Amino acid sequence: MYPRPIPENAKVQRALYLGGVTLVVILWLLPLLAVMLTSIRSNEELMAGNYWGWPQKFSLIENYKAVFEQTAMLRFFLNSLLITIPSVIGVLILSTLTGFVLSRYPFRGSNLIFALFVGGNFLPAQIMMIPVRDLMVRLGLYDTIYALVIFHIAFQTGFATLFMRNFIAALPGELFQAARAEGASPFQTLRHVVVPLVRPALAALAILVFTFVWNDYFWAIVLTQSDAVKPVTAGLNNLRGEWTSAWNIVSAATIFVALPPVVMFFMMQKHFVAGLTMGAVKG
Amino acid sequence: MSRLWRRNRHWLTPALFLLPGLVLFGTVILAASIETVWISLHDWDGIGAKTWVGLANYIELADDPQFYVSLKNNVIWLLIFMLAPPIGLALALIVNQQIRGMRILKSLFFVPLVLATVTVGVVFGWVYDPNFGLLQLFFSSFGGTAPALLSDENFVTFAVAAAGLWPQIAFCMILFLAGLNGLNDDLIAAGRVDGARGWRMLRHVVLPQLSQVGFIAIAVTVIGALRSFDMIAVMTSGGPYGSSTVLAYQMYQESIFSYRFGYGAAIATVLFVIMIAFIAWYLNGLIKAERSNA
Repeated sequence: MYPRPIPENAKVQRALYLGGVTLVVILWLLPLLAVMLTSIRSNEELMAGNYWGWPQKFSLIENYKAVFEQTAMLRFFLNSLLITIPSVIGVLILSTLTGFVLSRYPFRGSNLIFALFVGGNFLPAQIMMIPVRDLMVRLGLYDTIYALVIFHIAFQTGFATLFMRNFIAALPGELFQAARAEGASPFQTLRHVVVPLVRPALAALAILVFTFVWNDYFWAIVLTQSDAVKPVTAGLNNLRGEWTSAWNIVSAATIFVALPPVVMFFMMQKHFVAGLTMGAVKG
Repeated sequence: MSRLWRRNRHWLTPALFLLPGLVLFGTVILAASIETVWISLHDWDGIGAKTWVGLANYIELADDPQFYVSLKNNVIWLLIFMLAPPIGLALALIVNQQIRGMRILKSLFFVPLVLATVTVGVVFGWVYDPNFGLLQLFFSSFGGTAPALLSDENFVTFAVAAAGLWPQIAFCMILFLAGLNGLNDDLIAAGRVDGARGWRMLRHVVLPQLSQVGFIAIAVTVIGALRSFDMIAVMTSGGPYGSSTVLAYQMYQESIFSYRFGYGAAIATVLFVIMIAFIAWYLNGLIKAERSNA
């Protein structure tokens, strides 16, 4: 291991080291901690200029209640769920299929197709913005949740195909030979061999895609405009414009937006890290 | 029909499996990207008919001072983002100790990565606020006053890019931690026997083993820098006076606000070409790395 591990029996050293790292973490997260602190402060205190001192009065419940009752954040939050969950499911289904075929049924041009999936994934969003927006307008889907769901499924399928193809290619080949020897059709192979084995990969992929889609801002502002369909990211930015002096409310809304991906991350941390490094390292 | 199916199903089923993903990705992502190049040769307000103008959009772009501002800012983003791999490596080295409690600290380091860029933008909007931000707190503790970074044409891009660095460092840190996990213990032990320590050990024994991960960290960082849009949209809207735009943002502005879709498409195409050059370099590097491994 590098750096050299601090020996188990050097208790004091270990404690000091941990304390030092804790200090670095606090500094690292200070901007976020400041927002959290502001989100529990009362408006009067902010008016009086107490931005950094210990709050005299905790307004946690009032502030978050105001976010739910006086702003459209709850609506945006629901929209985000309605956009993100179908997108994740769609990506998982499509990429299991494409990954399976591209890893187990080599044909002329299969490498080219794979390269297109991988390469397309690196494209900047702006290069496809105008035609995608135009397409959604022509389909009558502009400013609906479907526009975002369709786009996110399409785009994330690129990365997800790379991910699933690598995972399925790494499964033991004997399983597939055995399935073929027993005369299993491709569909049966998919159902009885692939699907049971790719569950860990699907979990990792699900959390990654969830985070990517939930956090999207660009497509939210390109493909939607009304509050009824806007996701939280676009909603938060609007809120900031409307509530310029009510920092405590905006802070509470910010924390509210950040919560789902952060909670998901802590719940499925191992999958998240494994997915990200596998996707990147093998990509 | 059923005989036809049975005779051909060994290839028909896989083809049907591949089709939905391929068609969706092919039309929405790939064909759209190519269509943008086509649109860039037209004058178009986004609603009416397109008028063919040849290379006129590109000629105009070559004379557009805003284009050079964006290009310069893209370079600034790229340079600042290049700090992410070394800082990420440093943080990875710091937390790579097996001490009780280190795991939770590690995950706390990753938090900026899962935040939406909008959230990061809002958070850093406060950090930079000249009246009560963290930066002001820092300056006033030395008796100074904080500069209003986001309204200063000379500093604004540096300030926004520095905010964007926050999640990027966390990303690089995750990659390097995976790399450190895969170090060859025998080589490290041999280095120790030879008396290599600290910096020399890092330089001559550890870093060579991290070259592949380092390459990936640099690649994702370059892509991250070129993709910068959200932070600018949230923190400055390209201002003050258009001084903080990048190609991605200028393209958005020209199309959505000015209804100049042809011109916007031309900017997107330039960004596309830069990205293609980079992707070619990246894939070339990957292929080389794979050959040297084999």
